[in-house]
Amino acid sequence: MGNLSVKIDTFIENFITYEGYKTVLEGLQNTLIIAILGLIIGIVIGTIIATVRVIPKYKLLPRVLNSICSFYVALFRGTPIVVQLLVFYYVALPIFNDLVSGFGMRLGLTGVQVAIVVFGLNSGAYISEIMRSGILSVDSGQMEAGRAVGLSFTTTMIKIVIPQAVKNILPTLGNEFIALVKETSVVSFVGATDLYVAFNYMGSNSYEFMIPYIVMALIYIVLVLLISLGIKIMERSLRKSDRRN
Amino acid sequence: MTDAINLNQNGSAEVMIDVINLKKEFNGNNVLNGIDVTINKGDIMVVIGPSGSGKSTFLRCLNCMEDPTSGQIIFDGVDIADMKVDINVHRRKMGMVFQHFNLFNNKTVIENIMLAPVHLRLKDLKKDKSIGKTKAQIKAEVREEAMALLKRIGLEDKANVYPSTLSGGQKQRVAIVRALAMKPEVILFDEPTSALDPEMVGEVLDLMKSLASEGMTMIIVTHEMGFAKEVANKVLFIDEGLILESAPPAEFFGNPKNPRLKEFLSKVL
Repeated sequence: MGNLSVKIDTFIENFITYEGYKTVLEGLQNTLIIAILGLIIGIVIGTIIATVRVIPKYKLLPRVLNSICSFYVALFRGTPIVVQLLVFYYVALPIFNDLVSGFGMRLGLTGVQVAIVVFGLNSGAYISEIMRSGILSVDSGQMEAGRAVGLSFTTTMIKIVIPQAVKNILPTLGNEFIALVKETSVVSFVGATDLYVAFNYMGSNSYEFMIPYIVMALIYIVLVLLISLGIKIMERSLRKSDRRN
Repeated sequence: MTDAINLNQNGSAEVMIDVINLKKEFNGNNVLNGIDVTINKGDIMVVIGPSGSGKSTFLRCLNCMEDPTSGQIIFDGVDIADMKVDINVHRRKMGMVFQHFNLFNNKTVIENIMLAPVHLRLKDLKKDKSIGKTKAQIKAEVREEAMALLKRIGLEDKANVYPSTLSGGQKQRVAIVRALAMKPEVILFDEPTSALDPEMVGEVLDLMKSLASEGMTMIIVTHEMGFAKEVANKVLFIDEGLILESAPPAEFFGNPKNPRLKEFLSKVL
């Protein structure tokens, strides 16, 4: 295994002496930024869609909104995230810029910004279904009680139903976040530097990929373990109102 | 029992809710087939009937928890069955107590009571700055009222616990004072003791009796015949979505006229 120790030495040299750690840190930072902001955007979009989908549908407006939301979810669940990134970056953005160029405007987005938006839109579609099941898991009496004291549908939703729904879906939401962290490894398609790009760069510098990729895998695992731990802690603090703590 | 205080200057009773030809269907299934009834201020009206008779649906239509299919519900001079009225405004004057309590699970006992009054008073404050109170003052004032209500039911020591730690009877008493915190003109009770252990029924009924003695207008769907006899001033019998008999309790239980009511009473008494 003398060979292996040479590889490790090459990696260390690359990582420290040639400042490979800077790229890795940048990649790690971008991975986390894309995943966290994507999750936040996703939760906002997902909660709105889920709420629209549980509104009683007597009137026209909720029915129209519901169809729009169904279309949105079908669109983003029906295509791979890579395709969404590419379409957004190379199709939607140029078309948009063409349209607004008449007004002397131009929307320039970096790869990371594009990734944040697309991951947010994408996870919004998935989270909407998670959130909907969470909302349905809350006893309908909670909504009735809120309405009976004169609170509006939206107020009752925000103050009573959604907090209980979030508590019920926290483990699944954690899953979504973990999936998001791992899926960010495709953002190189739109030129963003994430963990994968960083280690790939280190590998191609030395023509030696074994160690960089092992370290990359380890970093992903550690990230996921840390996230799982964080979720467990959050779950415990949200369980205050339950008897089973 | 409370008739004396319910008369206005003209000597006639003051109408609180006027229900006119109320109908409700669920997917072609007719549950209410034309209910006409008048509830006066101070009335304690008990609604009884076999299960599936539509009595709960009737009660839930009164505050539009179920939207009536047709008919009118005139409350304070406004037809609240009309889809165009802002039902939230009217529900604030109509408390409701549920069979399964429906306390907010994610809020402590005191938060359960304070939530709606605080929210609505802060909203009023936003609209009308001349109220001249700060947010904190409003919260403190509502908290004080809520504590007084908890004291009334002897649960002030439970103010900061979550509902999951309360017994059924305690939960229902908290649910009743939660409704009271809105200072409603009328409270609707939907089988308030049906989900309780027998030993806890008494404490809830006692609280309801004390509300009745203060002149609160109450409409109560229940199977507690003893309570109906003792407290109500009007008893309704609903079956197949129609009011088959409506009378003061003495007459209702002592001399029932409708054959189905006679049969029902012979089974439950």
